[in-house]
Amino acid sequence: MTPAPTSESVLFGKLSLAALPLHEPILVATFAVVALGGVAILGALTYYRVWGYLWREWITSIDHKKIGIMYIILALVMLLRGFSDAIMMRLQQAIAFAGAEGYLPPHHYDQIFTAHGVIMIFFVAMPFITGFMNYLVPLQIGARDVAFPFLNNFSFWMTVGGAVLTMISLFVGEYAATGWLAYPPLSGLASSPGVGVDYYIWSLQVAGVGTLLSGVNLIATIVKMRAPGMTMMRLPVFTWTALCSNILIVASFPVLTAALALLSLDRYLGTAFFTNDFGGSAMMYVNLIWIWGHPEVYILVLPAFGIFSEVVATYCGKRLFGYASMVYATVVITILSYLVWLHHFFTMGSGASVNSFFGITTMIISIPTGAKIFNWLFTMYRGRIRFELPMMWTVAFMLTFVIGGMTGVLLAVPPADFVLHNSLFLVAHFHNVIIGGVLFGLFAGIAYWFPKVTGFKLDVFWGKVSFWCWVVGFYFAFMPLYVLGLMGVTRRMNRFEDPSLQIWFVIAAFGAVLIAFGIGAFLLQLFVSFRKREQLKDLTGDPWNGRTLEWSTSSPPPAYNFAFTPVVHDLDPWWDMKRRGYVRPTEGFIPIHMPKNTGAGVVLAGLSVVCGFGLIWHIWWLAGAAFVTIVVSAIVHTFNYARDFHIPASEVTETENGRTRMLAAGV
Amino acid sequence: MSTPSTVPADNGTIFYLRSEHHPENGTLLGFWLYLMSDCLIFACLFASYGVLGRNYAAGPSGADLFDLPLVALNTTMLLLSSITYGFAMLEMAKNRVGLMLSWLVLTLLFGLAFLSIELYEFHHMIAEGATPQRSAFLSSFFTLVGTHGLHVTFGCIWLVTLMVQVAKRGLIAENKRRLMCLSMFWHFLDVVWIGVFSFVYLIGSMS
Amino acid sequence: MRAIKRLALLPLLLALAGCNWVVMNPSGDIANQQRDLILISTALMLLIIIPVMALTVLFAWRYRQSNKDAVYDAEWHHSTRLEVVIWAAPLVIIIALGAITWISTHLLDPYRPLSRIDAARPMPKDAKPLNVEVVALDWKWLFFYPDYGVATVNELAAPVDAPIHFKITSSTVMNSLFIPALAGQIYAMPGMETKLHAVINKPGDYEGFSANYSGAGFSDMRFKFRGLDAAGFEAWIKQARDAGGMLDRAVYTELERPSVAEPVKRWSSVEGGLYDAILNRCVDRAKMCAKDMMRVDAQGGGGKEGTGAVLAFEKPDASGAATPKRFVSAVACTTAAPRDGETAETPIPAPIGRRAEASTMTSIFALARGDDLPARPAAGGRPE
Repeated sequence: MTPAPTSESVLFGKLSLAALPLHEPILVATFAVVALGGVAILGALTYYRVWGYLWREWITSIDHKKIGIMYIILALVMLLRGFSDAIMMRLQQAIAFAGAEGYLPPHHYDQIFTAHGVIMIFFVAMPFITGFMNYLVPLQIGARDVAFPFLNNFSFWMTVGGAVLTMISLFVGEYAATGWLAYPPLSGLASSPGVGVDYYIWSLQVAGVGTLLSGVNLIATIVKMRAPGMTMMRLPVFTWTALCSNILIVASFPVLTAALALLSLDRYLGTAFFTNDFGGSAMMYVNLIWIWGHPEVYILVLPAFGIFSEVVATYCGKRLFGYASMVYATVVITILSYLVWLHHFFTMGSGASVNSFFGITTMIISIPTGAKIFNWLFTMYRGRIRFELPMMWTVAFMLTFVIGGMTGVLLAVPPADFVLHNSLFLVAHFHNVIIGGVLFGLFAGIAYWFPKVTGFKLDVFWGKVSFWCWVVGFYFAFMPLYVLGLMGVTRRMNRFEDPSLQIWFVIAAFGAVLIAFGIGAFLLQLFVSFRKREQLKDLTGDPWNGRTLEWSTSSPPPAYNFAFTPVVHDLDPWWDMKRRGYVRPTEGFIPIHMPKNTGAGVVLAGLSVVCGFGLIWHIWWLAGAAFVTIVVSAIVHTFNYARDFHIPASEVTETENGRTRMLAAGV
Repeated sequence: MSTPSTVPADNGTIFYLRSEHHPENGTLLGFWLYLMSDCLIFACLFASYGVLGRNYAAGPSGADLFDLPLVALNTTMLLLSSITYGFAMLEMAKNRVGLMLSWLVLTLLFGLAFLSIELYEFHHMIAEGATPQRSAFLSSFFTLVGTHGLHVTFGCIWLVTLMVQVAKRGLIAENKRRLMCLSMFWHFLDVVWIGVFSFVYLIGSMS
Repeated sequence: MRAIKRLALLPLLLALAGCNWVVMNPSGDIANQQRDLILISTALMLLIIIPVMALTVLFAWRYRQSNKDAVYDAEWHHSTRLEVVIWAAPLVIIIALGAITWISTHLLDPYRPLSRIDAARPMPKDAKPLNVEVVALDWKWLFFYPDYGVATVNELAAPVDAPIHFKITSSTVMNSLFIPALAGQIYAMPGMETKLHAVINKPGDYEGFSANYSGAGFSDMRFKFRGLDAAGFEAWIKQARDAGGMLDRAVYTELERPSVAEPVKRWSSVEGGLYDAILNRCVDRAKMCAKDMMRVDAQGGGGKEGTGAVLAFEKPDASGAATPKRFVSAVACTTAAPRDGETAETPIPAPIGRRAEASTMTSIFALARGDDLPARPAAGGRPE
């Protein structure tokens, strides 16, 4: 057994007042702002007496639409945190030259780039994508909810739990200073004795449970809950990509769970999985983490591809070109994403044949991806393109993403990777595909589905301001990094010697400021749109002349989604229904069977956070007590059999009559 | 805004169901998906045992430590528990609550026997100094076998819970579904154990 | 191919003038070939990327809603011929690129000895490579020159046009040895050895650094790589020889402690087998060498008797804080299983582990309980 450090107390473990970073002025100021903001929000919630409403309608809700919205809110909040980290790094790198230390010492800076990576992937991109899938998949396949509504609520709160643990690390203790994948031996006990890596491990483990279960949930939903007539080859492309993305989640997140579990055993029990001595192998961790990590990239980007497919077809007023080839391309990418993980470490001395194999499989992925780009391109061909915001994002994506794709294939050539690996060129590449691919897709999706979710469209002016700030800001922020990479500048540097590099970092920092304006304009857009909601109101439920089933119901959709389950006859069923003179039913409604809300999810997730906190700080009694309570509450929850209810026909009729009136007003 | 070019109205087409649509219940599929993800966790643990299983760090090997007759006994306990669970499911199909519960009690006893033998084995090894910290081989051995043991432990807790629920509410649809899920879980653990037995114990004892 | 390369080079060269794009303008043959590969691959991909970007802009403009002259065909969504083209076009590019990848990956494998000095000159048969053994420490670089018996910290030199043969390892965490002007990088990992073959063609001072984040001192983990003519290199070696001092295990143990921005250090001589001991993680003589451990393991482990061959103690570091250390004791190496091949004349019987004499094991347990490390004779088997 590893001898415990002497400073652990039974009651508080490693936790003491020294864990509060009172000596770091930046953190103290941040804490003050967050605390004041938090108190203000809590105060306002209490003053306006909305706690009961929040608890009943949101926190305990098992409605997939509300959970989807909460995921997206979580992602937006965490985006602000992740972006603060980004702009701090840009500022540090822009000023720390030729002897200047900058304002972030290595200990702080190293935590920031780790937190930035972890937060952006796990707590921004993932909740965004999961939120979209949650909201849209049941609507697109004509279902009332997901297959396991309670599980959905639990998954969401576990994701929040992971985010909460990450946020606690900002003010209590420290975060990992290891880089976002925490390679051992650096993340082992000898090199990282603090609680940072433990925060990393437990926040990802808690959130990972949520991600995995939501993956299981959505696969079961898509496989089992499709409306009559919706065969697999009539699935909307977004749902297809969601299916593949969730298959990837179920088939890759367990590997992350296992890798992190073994790392935690090394740290907590002193086992020898990834240690330098006793026969451990650090490279096994690197392999495991990338067997998860590469599919993770496609988990994020496939649904974004789905969003673009929906957007292109709608705004070109035209069926998607090559639907079948789009589906096959998605499936091929899903499978191939498991055969490429080694390209993340060509430089660890694998043989030339192994390296070439993984390099070539990586390049092969660009074939289906290229086919997808062509499919979008030829959907535009002979279309009638309306340049609303989602379409603008899509065109920006097509122009930006191909550059990222090209540099990605370049990095897949092993000898080229030898000079570009871990360089700022690599950093530019993956931001190019994640911002240019995933994030642009999410913004396209937000602008596209916002009226469906809220009942009013987004303000166009501020949307355009945000769009241009983001796109121009992206090029300013990341093109210099490509250049710096070709100058042999490596990533994760805290300061630089060569003053001739500084100008490029200054340009990159300027780009980051533009992106900050883009985020600001986006928030302003939300605010302005809310103020002008009457003016921007969508009465029809189908503001863009849509093609898929979510546009056949009202905006926002009723709790039960569809008064009658739709029957599908063709791809793009709503377009098909409109074309064939579908008449909306206005009478004969029947009671609808729905699942009941429950607070079990938030309770279990809360206990998991407590358990994680106990483990991080070695407060064993707390972790043990929380764990036992989790098991007991889960068992108690299973004794509750009254989990559903019926919405009476009268209520359905009333809701649908309201929609009839709205449609009449809209005409 | 372009409108869909209308084709002649096709009044015979049904666009929605007038009655409530009941899609197939997804619980068994969902649980099977979960099991596959769990299977991947075991796959990772097997893989790490495969990579590290001969890194004894100049310490003891499987051949030095494993007590094959004991492990064979242990394997028998788990296999028997699977059989008795199977009998319980047969009784469930015939809606005989009492008999089913008795088979489940037997299953639980076999499961607990398995766990006790495993704990004895672990205790014995640790007392000899062959702790999980001694070598990468022992780390991966204890983690693989221990993870399986933890699964059996949770299976036992779950089994007790279900027995109480069946006793309280009888063989209602929900309870049957839950028993089916646990059945899959239990047999899955059996399959994993067969992997552990052959890959870890048998091959380990021979090397 | 040549023509494509030239074409792609032209605008780049203009942009490069006066700017230090070292990856695009390196001074070593390997890095040069890697640069060429980047240019060729980029040119190949641009064959498809540029048309796609142009078509995107063209279609976006041509089929905008306000352009009523453009054809609008809401039902056009399939064309087998076009589908074949859109799958085949990237496929052709990737086949070409895949072939280039396969060949270049084998030719530029860092483990492959060089076959040429540069594009014009093949490697002479009798060319003597310069051997350099590299250790990444927290947070500095240690270079051994086994051919000359000297060692340096944070400065590396090599004669121009001579093949350099690096052996690379690390003391604690992963790093990556990268000299962009010379050749691509390769990781430095504890307990493992990677190799790199390279040659520098132009004299000059170049930047070298760790390209893999390794902790707090990472940003300063930089060194000068000096490409020198033959006379200059001799002078540089002489400088090290004149520095005096011997890098032995004790000095190394001091050096190994984490430190940031170390100045250049030189030693005129090195204790025999030190690099090998670092690689095998047994600089501390109480520890069993990894290669010995692997040999014991290959023969079935140390048996139950080997269970207790672990030392655990708290070793105060410079700041006085005690860090727990555990390792497999070297005493498990008996005369039958010698340590570090030191008594190579004794044939090694198999299986080693099982043969451990009871008396040896008794002493192991005594050691494991005791506080002091075994006092072993300082001299190893090799002359120092």
